[in-house]
Amino acid sequence: MNTALELTDIHKSFEVGTVNENHVLKGISLTIQKDDFITIIGGNGAGKSTFLNSIAGNFPIDKGYIAIDQVDITRTPAYERAKYISRVFQDAKMGTATRLTIEENLAVAWKRGKKRGFARGIKESQRKIFKEELTKLDLGLENRLKMEVGLLSGGQRQALTLLMATIVPPNLLLLDEHTAALDPKTSEMVMNLTDRIIKEKKLTALMITHNMEQAIQYGNRLIMMNNGQIVVDVSGAEKQQLTVPDLLNLFKKNSGQAVTEDALILG
Amino acid sequence: MNIILSSISQGLLWSIMAIGVYLTFRILDVADLTTEGSFPLGAAICGSLLVNGISPWIATLLAFIGGAAAGLVSGYLHVKWRIPALLAGIITMTGLYSINLRIMGQANLYILGEGTLIQSVQDLGVSKTVAVLIVGTLAVTLVIGLLHLFFHTEIGLAIRSTGDNHAMSEANGIRTGSMKVIGYMLGNGLIALSGALLTQNNGFADISMGIGTIVIGLASIIIAEVFFHRLTLAKRLLTVVLGSIVYRLLLLLVLEMNVDPQDLKLFSAILLAIALGLPAIQSRLPKLTSTKTKGGSLS
Ligand SMILES: Nc1ncnc2c1ncn2[C@@H]1O[C@H](COP(=O)(O)OP(=O)(O)OP(=O)(O)O)[C@@H](O)[C@H]1O
Ligand SMILES: [Mg+2]
Repeated sequence: MNTALELTDIHKSFEVGTVNENHVLKGISLTIQKDDFITIIGGNGAGKSTFLNSIAGNFPIDKGYIAIDQVDITRTPAYERAKYISRVFQDAKMGTATRLTIEENLAVAWKRGKKRGFARGIKESQRKIFKEELTKLDLGLENRLKMEVGLLSGGQRQALTLLMATIVPPNLLLLDEHTAALDPKTSEMVMNLTDRIIKEKKLTALMITHNMEQAIQYGNRLIMMNNGQIVVDVSGAEKQQLTVPDLLNLFKKNSGQAVTEDALILG
Repeated sequence: MNIILSSISQGLLWSIMAIGVYLTFRILDVADLTTEGSFPLGAAICGSLLVNGISPWIATLLAFIGGAAAGLVSGYLHVKWRIPALLAGIITMTGLYSINLRIMGQANLYILGEGTLIQSVQDLGVSKTVAVLIVGTLAVTLVIGLLHLFFHTEIGLAIRSTGDNHAMSEANGIRTGSMKVIGYMLGNGLIALSGALLTQNNGFADISMGIGTIVIGLASIIIAEVFFHRLTLAKRLLTVVLGSIVYRLLLLLVLEMNVDPQDLKLFSAILLAIALGLPAIQSRLPKLTSTKTKGGSLS
């Protein structure tokens, strides 16, 4: 009853039938509970982004089954899945429309997954909510509702994207290394904000990160991917006591490979 | 003086075409050559209806609808059949050549003596130039006012968002394909409307009157962007109208210098090339103050 997302035996290959054929996801099964905040780590090319893209519906999967809140969405196109799912990407440019203003971007997000008609795009009542929510970011953006988003810094944009993704709480929030491109201080600011919003709004979230410390510090469950499969899955008390050396050992035991540590930590 | 006023009045009628080009070129971020077919389509529909004694209001409205249908075809080819935008436009434009000939029944159509919108204003007792100024001003005001309202609705925001950031729009559940098609339809509808108004101004429709329209439209937009930066949508469209008028005045200037009218298209092409190349040329001359134009800014 408390299942938020059910994934069964997901397979995905790219460039099928060519010499470059690449079997990226090799049978991923995962059950996610409501309010789970799961961190995902894994080396470059492990298939982490492909995994999130499959959930969001960027491309059809080859085999498997995806259900969100018991609704089968395996064949649902991306723009319809937006009703349930929102996302923040690594590249701050990807999450906002640069030539639209801050309030216009929020208005687009406000209607995520809903029918759009000929009503005014931004109503006074919404503007008030936007202002309140922006104030909580503590970046002074609440006084710049009519500013073009293209003029914001990367960190400001990423914070705005996060707000856009959560202003109408999604059933599932997908974060793909959304702090990786920011400088350390901004990255921390956005990460704290992420954690706060997820807790406040009781969101179910999946977050890819390259930072093992971050993966351990945040969330209630940790998944490590290797070569298109889930090789480590820890949660609860076990996750809380986890250290980086533990994690490296677990990886070695479950994948039969030694970790070249930088393959996991560094982008 | 009169000749200048006449250029300004024509600039107003042409500016509606430039606004249509702006919708696809800047808001949707696609280069749509359907223009070269939808402009004469508007002229052909309007002209042949007028010749058959239909009211100029209905003739003008149907020209707009015809243009929107042409936009629908290009948009559909581009979005659903995934034909590159440039090619989709060329396909529609080529097909329209035959369709326009069929509509007119001949290569050109004279509508002298038929009731036009401009004629009905003239009947109030003003000169032709003043009548065109009035019709042009009213049409431009109506078009910009309605576009301003439309692009601030939920759907309007979705269209602008689609042209700006496709991935983000999809992630927010916008049906980006449909939004593009609507943009194509609106843009080409306006282009055909401009063709219809100019037919009523010129007293004839001609099968080849679409040639070079895309260049005229782009030149008007670029002129506007070189001189004005970072504007809200309505103001940006107003500057495109100014750009169209400036373009007409430049043409007048060139003609006054006794340039052969058949060389005008060459002049237009060179003007557009220079306007488009200006940022690059300027960046190589660091002494000059840079006037980077990064699209039309909207809000
Ligand atoms: N759209 C695509 N078309 C073809 N190949 C793809 C596509 N997307 C991903 N791949 C391939 O799938 C493999 C896994 O990529 P993916 O982006 O999922 O890895 P990742 O775990 O997110 O890596 P990173 O940590 O570097 O972001 C890579 O070999 C990549 O080249
Ligand atoms: Mg990735």
